[in-house]
Amino acid sequence: MSLWGKLTLAAIPIHQPIVMVASSVVAALICAVLGWIFLRGYFPYLWKEWLTSVDHKRIGVMYVVLAMVMLLRGFSDAVLMRSQQALALNSAGYLPPEHYDQIFSAHGTMMIFFVAMPFVIGLMNFVVPLQLGIRDVAFPVLNSVGFWLTATGALLVNISLIVGEFARTGWLPYPPLSELTYSPGVGVDYYLWALEISGIGTLLAGINLVTTVLKLRAPGMTYLRMPMFCWTTLASNLLIVAAFPILTATFAMLLLDRYLGFHFFTNEAGGNMMMFMNLIWAWGHPEVYILILPAFGVFSEVLSTFSRKPLFGYTSMVAATMAICLLSFMVWLHHFFTMGAGADVNGVFGIATMVIAVPTGVKVFNWLFTMYGGRVVFSTPTLWSLGFMVTFVIGGMTGVLLAVPPADFVLHNSLFLVAHFHNVIIGGVLFGAFAGYTYWFPKAFGFRLHEGLGKAAFWFWITGFYVAFMPLYVLGLMGMTRRMQHYAVPEWRPWLLLAAFGVVLITVGIALQCIQLFVSIRRREALRDRTGDPWDGRTLEWATASPPPVFNFAELPHVEGEEAYWQMKERARREPGALPRRPYQDIEMPRNSPTGFICAFFATILGFALIWHIWWMVGVALVCAYGTFVVLAWRDVHEDIIPAAEVARLDRANEASRSPWRAPEPSR
Amino acid sequence: MSVAALAEGTAGGRATAGSHGHEDLKRLVVAYGFWIFLISDIIMFAAFFATYAVLTDSTAGGPAGRDLFQIHTVAIETGCLLLSSFFCGLAMIGARFRKSLVFHGAMAVTFALGATFLWLEVHEFAHLVGEGAGPTRSGFLSAFFALIGCHGIHVTAGLLWLLTMMAQVIAKGYRVDILRRLLCFSLFWHTLDIIWVALFSLVYLVGVAR
Repeated sequence: MSLWGKLTLAAIPIHQPIVMVASSVVAALICAVLGWIFLRGYFPYLWKEWLTSVDHKRIGVMYVVLAMVMLLRGFSDAVLMRSQQALALNSAGYLPPEHYDQIFSAHGTMMIFFVAMPFVIGLMNFVVPLQLGIRDVAFPVLNSVGFWLTATGALLVNISLIVGEFARTGWLPYPPLSELTYSPGVGVDYYLWALEISGIGTLLAGINLVTTVLKLRAPGMTYLRMPMFCWTTLASNLLIVAAFPILTATFAMLLLDRYLGFHFFTNEAGGNMMMFMNLIWAWGHPEVYILILPAFGVFSEVLSTFSRKPLFGYTSMVAATMAICLLSFMVWLHHFFTMGAGADVNGVFGIATMVIAVPTGVKVFNWLFTMYGGRVVFSTPTLWSLGFMVTFVIGGMTGVLLAVPPADFVLHNSLFLVAHFHNVIIGGVLFGAFAGYTYWFPKAFGFRLHEGLGKAAFWFWITGFYVAFMPLYVLGLMGMTRRMQHYAVPEWRPWLLLAAFGVVLITVGIALQCIQLFVSIRRREALRDRTGDPWDGRTLEWATASPPPVFNFAELPHVEGEEAYWQMKERARREPGALPRRPYQDIEMPRNSPTGFICAFFATILGFALIWHIWWMVGVALVCAYGTFVVLAWRDVHEDIIPAAEVARLDRANEASRSPWRAPEPSR
Repeated sequence: MSVAALAEGTAGGRATAGSHGHEDLKRLVVAYGFWIFLISDIIMFAAFFATYAVLTDSTAGGPAGRDLFQIHTVAIETGCLLLSSFFCGLAMIGARFRKSLVFHGAMAVTFALGATFLWLEVHEFAHLVGEGAGPTRSGFLSAFFALIGCHGIHVTAGLLWLLTMMAQVIAKGYRVDILRRLLCFSLFWHTLDIIWVALFSLVYLVGVAR
């Protein structure tokens, strides 16, 4: 056993030009960004204001930034796959099988764990305390730790690009393929440790947000006065708390198999590989609802705001959300109808799956009725929401089709399935994330995103989506299975070329989004919003300045009904001066802490050492992690007091943002 | 951890008055969040329990529970852990009334009992491995070692936490934030007890009886 475990120079894939070029470009980009930050002297600002921040708004923004960067990475994998399949009729294409297998595995892993998850968690982190009318989440330092552990996972997956290899097992590492016998390399270990670490981060976020919603709400904010997004956040985070421990346990078992020769999922000595499918989908099915429920919340907010109407059927929406929350744990077996559990078991799970369509249908009708009779503003977030409704319903219907076991036996593992889940995840989660990003961007930064470019991006995205994925339904029905590196059926070729063209359209959409961000920053003065309420919003996040001060609200709002902010504005319009000012008070805010960043630093070292069997480094990292914990525990001051005078100064600077409802300040 | 989120002291949409309410709120929120963590931990154990249930009969021609379990040693382990919970409770009373002798004495006994438990468990594991009944022998033994070992790792972490808390009380006294952490620690320790009761019943007692 050498000092560096399994790690040698041979781990760097010098003989694979595509990998080397891609990773060199990424490395050069990272170095350029870091160099720019240091040379321009931005590092102290970045460290003090962002990296060590425990402010839920900053952490939320960092989650979303992580998601967007990883989206580019995951999307480049998609481009590789679609172009490979467009070329690989009766030929090897340009990606060798062992590389192609890593690409589709990395694509799925990235997109679910490091794009969709951080995107929705980022939105929830940013928005929920503002909507609840409070100053931060329940556990601000843990919040930071959770974010940085997620970033660690993303970093480890990206390190696998240049040092060693990634899993070739698909986005869920089914045994026995993922066992040591059949995957002896470090790829699966990269996958497992990255997701164990980021999974702990996600669990922390879940605990934090559940506690926040259940225990910390503004005075008067009863459960049935919470905005819909808070409800879906609650449901989604309850699912995180209930589902992610199963993921942790399952991966731990696979790790024990791989590292210590246990027999949980092996072929021999009594291992049971189907147990892995059951366990992983007991996490995996709730996971898709963890992703989609916050998106449902975004659409509810967006459609209500831009239809100028309260959300139709609020109570039924709450009931539907919680019903989905519960049902999502009762359908996992539909992911492996072909296991051979028998007709009765398959029948039960098939019907249970179809039942989920009922609360989902309730939601779709509620959104439609919210728009009905409203003065709908067709802004970019509205477009994403409309695109979602059409696309998601199609995806949902193909899902109900797959829930019929006999049909599933035919379509299982085919491109029909691939088309289905992209249909719901892109059309649902990603469109929701983009809607939320556009909708809350002015709240986060004080200026709006460029409307025209946003709309153009939407049209390219949605057209690209249909051109890229509808052919996959056809291909699935023609019998093409997923994850094929090459094929010999000429009839498939035209459809695969069409799908590749769809990817070109989506690429234009993504480019337009990048340009939109760039142009909006350049023209921020023209796009500036001084009111804090650019969309005439109905919920409390719009009752404060944009960007909100660190304490969110100079005085905590008192909630008197649903749509708290809308009611405040109405009341002020009816009876001016009805909402008197209260004197400014000292505000206690959590003090910034480098704990999260340092934890993640050691977690990265720990993960890397475990992947490469560098045992001394594992020991060092564990001791340092414990040391970090003790140092944090030894801190005496956890909070800073912002004096009333400072609160007043910051608040007066944002006077414009409260003029719609607040009485003017008496002259002093 | 801090609950600065609500300087005016509100919980669950209801206002609570005064600075006293603020500290109470923090305690409530911290304990509540910790409970949620404990629930998630219990769910993780549930996954290991379910796995164990599936693999109980997958002995691959090797020994089963009734051939291996030494119920007397396990009974002593159980006694140690249950007693340690009692002394943990005593320590919390000591902390509440600022009686350092009671607190540190009871914490030390808790540690000793927890360490004895752990020592007996390691001993049992070593014995099994020595007999050729290690975790690599069969699916059943894999599940057994993982389930019991997972609890053992929790106890180890708990012991480390216990020592840290004793040091904290010595260094910083019975401050409100230290008391909040003690509350979390005791919740953690009692939860390990509850899980052990399930382990003892479902793994050892059922295993011997089958």
